[in-house]
Amino acid sequence: MTKLTYYPGCTLKNHARNFDVSTVSSMGSLDVEIEELPRWNCCGTVHCLSSENIINRLAPVTNLIRVKEMGSSEFMTGCAMCYNTLKRANLDVKKRADVLDTINDFIYQEETKYAGEVDVLHLLEYLRDRVTFEKLAAKVKKPLTGLKVACYYGCLLVRPKEVAFDDVENPVVMEDLIVALGGIPVPFPMKADCCGAYHTVSNPEIIADRTNKIMGSAAEEEADLVLVSCPLCAYNLDFRQVDAKQLNPDFKHLPVLYFTQLMALAFGCDESALRFDLHHIDPTPVLTGRGLMNLV
Amino acid sequence: MAPATSSASVRLTSARLTSPFVAKIEKLSAQNLQACYQCGKCSAGCPMAAHMDILPNQVIRLSQLGMHERLLASKAIWICVSCMTCNTRCPKGVRIAETFEALRETKLRTAEREDYLSLSDISPEARAALPPIALISALRKLSS
Repeated sequence: MTKLTYYPGCTLKNHARNFDVSTVSSMGSLDVEIEELPRWNCCGTVHCLSSENIINRLAPVTNLIRVKEMGSSEFMTGCAMCYNTLKRANLDVKKRADVLDTINDFIYQEETKYAGEVDVLHLLEYLRDRVTFEKLAAKVKKPLTGLKVACYYGCLLVRPKEVAFDDVENPVVMEDLIVALGGIPVPFPMKADCCGAYHTVSNPEIIADRTNKIMGSAAEEEADLVLVSCPLCAYNLDFRQVDAKQLNPDFKHLPVLYFTQLMALAFGCDESALRFDLHHIDPTPVLTGRGLMNLV
Repeated sequence: MAPATSSASVRLTSARLTSPFVAKIEKLSAQNLQACYQCGKCSAGCPMAAHMDILPNQVIRLSQLGMHERLLASKAIWICVSCMTCNTRCPKGVRIAETFEALRETKLRTAEREDYLSLSDISPEARAALPPIALISALRKLSS
């Protein structure tokens, strides 16, 4: 068993427990033992783009200190937003010694000082580069035969360029994962278009418009479902389908899943690792239709 | 012909190009605004452009010219969601999203602290339904 330090993030312990449990369960099938980072805190969710706003770098850096304290030089997260924020803060403090000094001075009560020793990995990157899709394919017990998947990246896995672990305009890592799991990735022109993110709080009408366009694009490609790596994209594209339907009566509902849920399904993990009860659009009918689940 | 300084017009002088406002935006965003040559690629690819009152390339142009009244009163600065599409495509390497952030921060740092969103705007039902990732990011971006 390989050990891997795991940062779940706040939403994976709340609304997106399906992402959390399917990550832990599917990684177990790949002989990777997930070790949750002790005393982790919120990543801050968004990277502040203002050059001299240092206070917003504190939350991510504190997590990097926790990783250093447990003797790890790297850690993994599946949440695209946590990945993006942690990685950008890390790159920022590695590049700007004065910012790092200010942060270390401010959190003087921390016994450990951070000096840029830790690397941030996204789970998809880990699967592609460390596990490899070839070895992953060998673990598949229930191939996703006939399942048509639209892989949605949104913003945070591919932008800005400094944090992208795949092509900025046309990433393919999730499509390669789907092929390894035996499924069929469909072309998806809007795969890296923004879902509207936090406007779901202040301007939900924008999210309705984005969901209509993005899910509509997946439906046109006759996808069975849309695959994501971000709990905010998942919320917007799944729960805001109600508003998208009001905007466009021809809107076709499609389920939205985390890539780890399809891994858990293909690896034959226990059904408790799927938590489809947390979805707005139930994925069970489409998966049953493809012979991947049995009707209860 | 109406006088050039009617109440609806803004006087454009070379003094604005070197105004403290332009310097502040360039400092906060760490950008050289004059690098932009107005090709419009940022606005062409912006997924939020349809919801903005002024387009991203116009925001950069108004910033170059120090038109702070128009910029700080705009809806556009709050609609940009920092998706970074413009930044990755700009042929001049201008970080447009950073400029939007500088404008938001300028507004949020005034004595009046004119927040675009406050916690009391969000109903208890919405607070319970929305995931933490949505609430925290919205309040971090849109409030002081």
